[in-house]
Amino acid sequence: MINCLLAGVGGQGTVLASKLIASCAIDKGLKVLTAETIGMAQRGGSVVSHVRIGDGIYSPLIPYNGADLLIGFEPAEAVRTLIYLKKEGTVIVSSRPISSTTANLSKNIYDSSKMIDFLKDKVSNLVVVDADSIIKACGTTKVLNLALLGTVVATGKLGFEREDFKKIIDEKIPKKYRELNHKAFDLGFQFKMKEV
Amino acid sequence: MEGVDYMSTELLMGNQAMAMGAIHAGVQVVTGYPGTPSTEVLETIASRKVEGVYVEWSVNEKVALEVAAGASMAGKKTLVTMKQVGLNVASDPLMCLSYIGVKGGMVVLVADDPGPISSQTEQDTRQFGIYSKLPVFDPSSVEEAYEMMKDAYEYSEKYETPVILRPTTRICHGYASMEIKDDIIKHEGDGFKKDSRWVIFPKLSYEAHLKIESRNPIIANDFSNYRFNTIEGKGRLGIVSSGVSYAYTKEALSQLDVEYKMLKIATPHPFPEKLTLEFLKSVDQVLVLEELDPFIEKELTYISGKYKLNIDVRGKLSGDVKRAGENSCESNKEVLSKYFNLDYIKPIVHMDMPDLPTRPPVLCAGCPHRASFYAVKQAMKGKKAVFSGDIGCYTLGNAMPLDMVDTCLCMGAGITNSQGIHRAQPDTINFAFIGDSTFFHSGITGVINSVYNDTKMVLIVLDNSTTAMTGHQPHPGTGKTMMGNIADKISISAILKAIGVKDIQEINPLNLDEAKKAVTHAASVDGVSAIIYKSPCIYVTKSGPIQVVNSEKCTGCYKCIREIGCPALIKSNGKVKIDSALCFGCELCTKICPFHAIGGIKND
Repeated sequence: MINCLLAGVGGQGTVLASKLIASCAIDKGLKVLTAETIGMAQRGGSVVSHVRIGDGIYSPLIPYNGADLLIGFEPAEAVRTLIYLKKEGTVIVSSRPISSTTANLSKNIYDSSKMIDFLKDKVSNLVVVDADSIIKACGTTKVLNLALLGTVVATGKLGFEREDFKKIIDEKIPKKYRELNHKAFDLGFQFKMKEV
Repeated sequence: MEGVDYMSTELLMGNQAMAMGAIHAGVQVVTGYPGTPSTEVLETIASRKVEGVYVEWSVNEKVALEVAAGASMAGKKTLVTMKQVGLNVASDPLMCLSYIGVKGGMVVLVADDPGPISSQTEQDTRQFGIYSKLPVFDPSSVEEAYEMMKDAYEYSEKYETPVILRPTTRICHGYASMEIKDDIIKHEGDGFKKDSRWVIFPKLSYEAHLKIESRNPIIANDFSNYRFNTIEGKGRLGIVSSGVSYAYTKEALSQLDVEYKMLKIATPHPFPEKLTLEFLKSVDQVLVLEELDPFIEKELTYISGKYKLNIDVRGKLSGDVKRAGENSCESNKEVLSKYFNLDYIKPIVHMDMPDLPTRPPVLCAGCPHRASFYAVKQAMKGKKAVFSGDIGCYTLGNAMPLDMVDTCLCMGAGITNSQGIHRAQPDTINFAFIGDSTFFHSGITGVINSVYNDTKMVLIVLDNSTTAMTGHQPHPGTGKTMMGNIADKISISAILKAIGVKDIQEINPLNLDEAKKAVTHAASVDGVSAIIYKSPCIYVTKSGPIQVVNSEKCTGCYKCIREIGCPALIKSNGKVKIDSALCFGCELCTKICPFHAIGGIKND
């Protein structure tokens, strides 16, 4: 059984990312349950996707302290959902903060470095993905989701090979955007490999 | 058949699975009104383009149910979809149709929303089953939801009655990898036969009422043998659960080492009494884990009393389970631990977390509603005004810094609330904001009421050419239908004119000065005046020029952020920065900056 939680802000492409992971698992003949945030919260609110792979799973939602993997699309969202992580679980988090309108209106400026420091303190298996360099190389923030998936696959925690996932990108991403998504995925994958 | 080929395993959303269930059951006429979490059921059926299946977004839920009722009278298999509050709107035809019955099978899919996650209420549609005397199915998983949709048609046709299928959000929006074989039950229907049974009259209603009361115990018996009403496990400690809460319970029990006997209720109405009695006789006490109302708990208490069983029924009424909000694996685990006299092991929580930025949903960057609200706010500065809102994305106009929604009740109620406020305090300028889809849904009668009763009101129609909140469905003003046809666009201003609204202005809210002038004028007019702010939702139009802040001109006064709170405007090193990934080029901020520091890309 593998439980993977994706946490981000509405509009960051968490839903697509969770679908790609699920498709990859189905391709391997595994049972999958997932759950998505749909509706009002998608308008810039905090969103989570639950992906559960394997047997002996009943609910589409991951229990607290049940996630093997937490993919934080945004530093504060990774901290917010840390309760879902297993004791020895892995966190892959994007370094790029997304400001919140409410925070902008208040006196407290959102400092994402505090979030990263907190994660470093609490999580033994942590990868902070340098999102800015990947965004620069790709020319858009829109494929950050695929970059994070590249890093996730590189950790080996999902049990998928690089080629398994590349095949899913070919199948599921429209031709127009395919090349850019492959590029982002590869950059995310290499980021992890270089780290080691 | 085109598009339906499910020999391979696919990841299906609960709503998609139920849609496939309806297609495979041979549904022919599908109607509904968008509402989270039900929307994707009808959309999936439309997208499959199955030959001989008619699909429409109706104007509202009442209309949807009546259209389907007509088709069922003519022998067609029908499906009506809506969210729980939609059933309030459709309750008139549903209550009556229960007496008349149907010929073609009819499933009314009503999605409940524990939490609530995106709804006005936590109402429990199982109660509507009792009230309308109709059978209710309650799936506990995506797979079950698919099968249950097919079963619901069988029961509907067997008993010639509409049947309610009641999933909840986590079933609707949960996904499961499923293998579905393409196998459609062919159904023709023999057309409309003239018969007095289709005309509701007191005498007929009396007879129908008697018939329903004698029929429902038969269905209850039938349900005692229904495949998804199950008893599992052993021992004298009983658990009863239903819906997604059953899945949470199973998950929680897999973490606890206990012996239990569990009854799952998949058909809450008519309640499967025989099966339940057999279960209750085999246990000493019972814990009910259900969401929303203590529905099953009350049924168990009733059955225990009726059969004089000495059994302790625990749940929401006994104070063991919380009364509002969603259940979860964790909340069920806590209750179960107590029930089984185990120490509850709390999850690891980090208490020393840094302050997190709160992220309530907000109007998107570039959303034209922001400009509309801002124009009205500016024009009414210092005036005594009340702003009645309505249901849709524009309910988010209540958030700071706009703070422009003073009331929000239910679909269409902004227009009528403002009339009541006017009657209570005539010296207030009363505004009613309503979106285009909501206007067609239930806004028009309210406008007629204000013109007829000569109630002064300023009506603001926020026309963004789509049903935005639920994911951009077409409506009568868009000129598109779910069958892919082009229809005549129904003009909101022509409707208002026909009703007798004498002062109607149609303006793009992104032209801020004009938009403000229109408000000042509309507020000065006697009787009902209307402004139609017309500008498309960012999801159905192209982006304007992306804006940048000239950092030399920006003084860091943050007026732009304080005034309009656009999510693309970010504080950065004492100045303002625009997030180019979010900016949609509406240029509203450029009209607010007192230092003209914001402009197009060449501005930098």
